Amino acid sequence: MLTKIFGAASALALLAGLSGTAQAAPVKFEFWHGLSGDLGERVQEACTKFNASQTDYEINCVSQGAYDTNLQNTIAAYRAKKHPAITQVYDAGTLDLMMSNAFVPAKKLMADSGYKIDWDNYFPGIANYFATAKGELQSFPFNSSTAVFYYNADAFKKAGITDAPKTWEQVATDARKLKDAGFECPMAINFDPWFSLDQFSAIHNQPIATQANGYKGLDAEVVFNKTKVVDEIKFWKKQADEKLFVVKTKALGMDPIPAFSSQTCQMAMSSIADHGTVGKTIPAGVEWHVAMLPVFEGTERQKSLVGGASLWVMKDRPEAEYKGAAAFLNFIAQPDMVEWWSTVTGYIPVTKTGFQAMKANGFYDKPQFKGRELAIESLSFTEPSDNTRGIRLGNYTQIRKEFSTALEAIFMQNADVQTSLDEAAARSNTLLRRFEKTYAGQTLN
Amino acid sequence: MKRVVFKSRWVPAVAALPQLLLIFLFFYWPAVSVMNWAFTLEPAFGGAGERIFVGWENFTSVFADTQYWNSVRVSLIFACSSTFITLALALVLALAVDRQLKGSKFFRFFYIWPYALAGPAVGTAFLFILSPERGLMAIVNAAHPDFWNPAKYGSHAMILIITCFVWKWVGYCFIFLLAGLQSIPRSLTEAAAMDGSGPLRRAIDIQIPMLTPTLFLLLILIATESFVGKDTYGIVDRTTYGGPNNATNVMVFNIVAKAFEGLDYSGAAAQSLMVIAIIMVFTFVQFRFVERRVHYR
Repeated sequence: MLTKIFGAASALALLAGLSGTAQAAPVKFEFWHGLSGDLGERVQEACTKFNASQTDYEINCVSQGAYDTNLQNTIAAYRAKKHPAITQVYDAGTLDLMMSNAFVPAKKLMADSGYKIDWDNYFPGIANYFATAKGELQSFPFNSSTAVFYYNADAFKKAGITDAPKTWEQVATDARKLKDAGFECPMAINFDPWFSLDQFSAIHNQPIATQANGYKGLDAEVVFNKTKVVDEIKFWKKQADEKLFVVKTKALGMDPIPAFSSQTCQMAMSSIADHGTVGKTIPAGVEWHVAMLPVFEGTERQKSLVGGASLWVMKDRPEAEYKGAAAFLNFIAQPDMVEWWSTVTGYIPVTKTGFQAMKANGFYDKPQFKGRELAIESLSFTEPSDNTRGIRLGNYTQIRKEFSTALEAIFMQNADVQTSLDEAAARSNTLLRRFEKTYAGQTLN
Repeated sequence: MKRVVFKSRWVPAVAALPQLLLIFLFFYWPAVSVMNWAFTLEPAFGGAGERIFVGWENFTSVFADTQYWNSVRVSLIFACSSTFITLALALVLALAVDRQLKGSKFFRFFYIWPYALAGPAVGTAFLFILSPERGLMAIVNAAHPDFWNPAKYGSHAMILIITCFVWKWVGYCFIFLLAGLQSIPRSLTEAAAMDGSGPLRRAIDIQIPMLTPTLFLLLILIATESFVGKDTYGIVDRTTYGGPNNATNVMVFNIVAKAFEGLDYSGAAAQSLMVIAIIMVFTFVQFRFVERRVHYR
């Protein structure tokens, strides 16, 4: 419907152009995204800034409410040939897009539109997630984050703890001290596999699946039931049984981040993107900090994985829209826009120049943004390797669901850790084989 | 009365065309797509490669999936309990209001309005009302820790979704049953009352037997709705999200999760066809065997 209106509008513009009276109307195109609330408004603001910056193009940004609905709606729209020029897809949907044959690779788009992009300017720890195994960027990193460890320094002082915990063993000791000091919920945990599976495996140098986490082929098999992830879950379960770690989920009434900012729980893991939210919601005067995610003792820490989403340019749109899309992507990659975006959201800058500019401006020295540089440090702690480059598995949304269902059974119903994870792995492998078969005959870049 | 005779056989065809077109677009075309997908492997974005015909493989893989059998079991428990409780409650309420009780006019209005609410809205409301940490249940939980916790116990989660469903549909059934009761000639019940039979006896011997056509209609309606209806999906989506540990992962929810979250259109299509088959068997059995015992006097 909208495309029809746009079509009619451009036809009218053409007529106007022929009669030689009116000025050419801007080329209009759509951008669908999955952010809502405060973050959604920020995206809108970025679009408004772009429209105000030039007269050739007009971007129309449409929120679809959430990442998964955006992906579903994009697919439905693509099948109906009514898709937007740009869509935002979360990390777990990366392989679905890569196999879709429905997008224009980032490099080709920018080259065709005459933009010179320094692709090496992107942090390798971020860009590799959205690049081919050879390192060719397929989509544009946009809102990137990683997981960090939040702790309440006031509560730590009351319990006589001086430093942020660096290892899981320390987290357990600190949790005991906090409990003894009268804090009911020392550490909040939830079933989100992004922390317990993705990030944990990366920083502990553990594979999630064979074939370099899927980068080397669609025949990968998950192995999370045979790695340190098993020890991690057993360790968490032991702490949970001693009531040192407390499960906080929406179904139980409260997610970890609200639990942390309401000072119900004193330690939590969450995305760096929540840094702004915590700052806004925690009572003024409470001292809190972030640290890198803890590792097990004796672990050689590796870089963590990037989270968030990237922007994909879709195939089968009029040529003029591609010029507009390229202009928009170029616009938001400029250092001042990167800085603005990181300031108002909490997402990290995705380019080295953006990060340098922010550092030079003293951004990370301001008390309300202190600690956000840890996310970059965590993401670039080591060079990307097979275990830390990213996750390239089909049906990954479903695999995450199998994993979190296993955690539900373990933490809520005392199911056996190894058995539950084995079952989740077996079911995940069935999903992978199905994905492989659906895309049989195609090769993974 | 004048009978219209069309001279050309094309006129009626053209007149019926819009209707036929709509029926085709909204019923047959999706059904054909589903049939097509169920026997192939459909890539999410479509057309990425040649669509591969896989025969019955989508079905065998669904049958081999323990999760599928769990969702069948969960669906049956949910549908049977919901149907029985909804009808029983609606019947009791209708019998109560049909007797000339004080305030019965008010209750007639009062009972129907939950039906106007959408399933997800009901779910959201009850998620709040029956939260283990707030309100009434928080008081009970404070006295008996973990007495009520639908996020932890599968059985509690099941009770939660049944409550939502019953709450929404009981008023609807009530209206039908009340209309049915009011069409029973008053002289019958009055005569029975004069003979000294109490309200319970009158209900069992006169009112319920005469209500059986209505009850039968509602039975099919509610059983189908609870088994595969959009309300069931909406309620589960907003309250338990199929959890904990798949304890409330009813068939409709499993299908939608497979199709849209998992982007597995083929697996979901195979499951949809199985649901259609189940419903057909279900309806057939009901009409064939149950209807025979229905009194239509």
